[in-house]
Amino acid sequence: MQYLVSVIDDTAGLATPEEMAAIDVFNDRLQAEGHWVFAAGLAVPSSATVIDNRGGEAMFTDGPFVESKEFLAGFWIMEAADLDVALKLAAEGSKACNRKVEVRPVL
Amino acid sequence: MSSVGVQAAITQAHYEEWARVVAALTRRFGDLDIAEEAAAEAFATAVQRWPADGVPPNPGGWLTTTASRKAVDRIRRENKRDDKQKEAQMLSGDDPPEPLGAIEDERLRLIFTCCHPALAMETRVALTLRMVGGLTVPEIARAFLVPETTVGQRITRAKSKIKAARIPYRVPSAEDLPARVSGVLAVLFLVFNEGYLATGPGTDPVRHDLTAEAIRLTRLIRALIPHDGEVAGLLALMLLIEARRAARVSASGELVTLDKQDRSAWDAALIAEGHRLVRERLAARVAPGRYQILAAINAVHTSAAGMRDTDWSQVVALYDQLVRLDPSPVIALNRAIAVAELDGPEVALAVLDRLDEKLAGYHAYHAARADLLRRLGRRQKSRAAYDKAIELAGNTAETAFLTRRRDQLG
Repeated sequence: MQYLVSVIDDTAGLATPEEMAAIDVFNDRLQAEGHWVFAAGLAVPSSATVIDNRGGEAMFTDGPFVESKEFLAGFWIMEAADLDVALKLAAEGSKACNRKVEVRPVL
Repeated sequence: MSSVGVQAAITQAHYEEWARVVAALTRRFGDLDIAEEAAAEAFATAVQRWPADGVPPNPGGWLTTTASRKAVDRIRRENKRDDKQKEAQMLSGDDPPEPLGAIEDERLRLIFTCCHPALAMETRVALTLRMVGGLTVPEIARAFLVPETTVGQRITRAKSKIKAARIPYRVPSAEDLPARVSGVLAVLFLVFNEGYLATGPGTDPVRHDLTAEAIRLTRLIRALIPHDGEVAGLLALMLLIEARRAARVSASGELVTLDKQDRSAWDAALIAEGHRLVRERLAARVAPGRYQILAAINAVHTSAAGMRDTDWSQVVALYDQLVRLDPSPVIALNRAIAVAELDGPEVALAVLDRLDEKLAGYHAYHAARADLLRRLGRRQKSRAAYDKAIELAGNTAETAFLTRRRDQLG
């Protein structure tokens, strides 16, 4: 089963070199233990564009789809047998990137 | 068998077998929802059939078989049999649980799943009372003074989260066990406390149904995990508090404080059982957790013939130990109340003053202050503290007691 682990940020800054190094160590472990599917960091929310093409003509809107103090700064997709395994990995991920994370099952 | 006898047999089977039936079905079908519904249907069938057919020789076996049949019927009806069986295999987990000594019980898996840390506390409480305790949704709603729809939604959402997020149906590994057991105990203690100090106007001050259910479930955990010190500690704590129930509220529905309680009305059998558990933990010579220390404090109280005979230095020493484990202001408040008996109200009041910032919204803080000020003859300040305590208190017996004390200040 796969889980999306979203990194929730409420600071303006990107990851520090120390945080990046810790994330790399954690990612290596995910790969070695077979939990790795994918991971990425995201550019600042203000760089986002929202597209709505439900009406036949694509509408583009500048900015993220929701303005809030907390935003998605990156994510992992992890392979885990169950939520207990996913929560443990996510707890280590939170420590590595020094931010809150949210775990959600992928359908 | 008389119809009364059959009724008693059904009640007893519900009491003893509900959790086992739900647990066995969850294991087999990998779905709490199916297990709960089928178990309820099986008990409904028993109510219909047993008066005519007689009580089966093995009620638990009969109920599990009947419930399994109901579950299979439902799965067929929904025409999702293949999907469900696939899910069943998924949810039951491929890896066997870590053995827990000789005792392995399906009910333990059920309890750990219902008390999973990924569920909100109020959800764990509702789910545990429903799935393990066998209380109905209206019963749980009444117990916690929330609408039935709220309880129903909590349980439904929890079941779908367990399924969608794949919360495993298993006993945690040895490494995770202590933390997970303490999560289960927190749920049971919350149920007990809500029964012991029921809140809300017009409710009974002590909800015996809730304290009894909490004790019953803690006994079950104790039978399943006999070597866990904190489980023994929580059971002892509940027994020693429950033992004083009859003496704690007066005939007119007013709280009776420890110093005024009729100690001959305490339940000697519960006290003896609680003391046995505390001695067992002392003999184990393992550093005690918070429930064991709280149980030991209650053992000191229930060993004394009266307030003056109480070994207050022992009580304060136990609180000191507790503060090291749990530096919360509520524990510090309870310690201060014991200090008042040992070193006098003046010393205790100085301790309380330092807690003001953290406990200003807590009725027990103001009640304790009011009592100390009263003992020191500072009537005006005492009255103000009683007013504040009455304003914040939610328990009817406590409000009645505080009001009388305030009005006696003159």
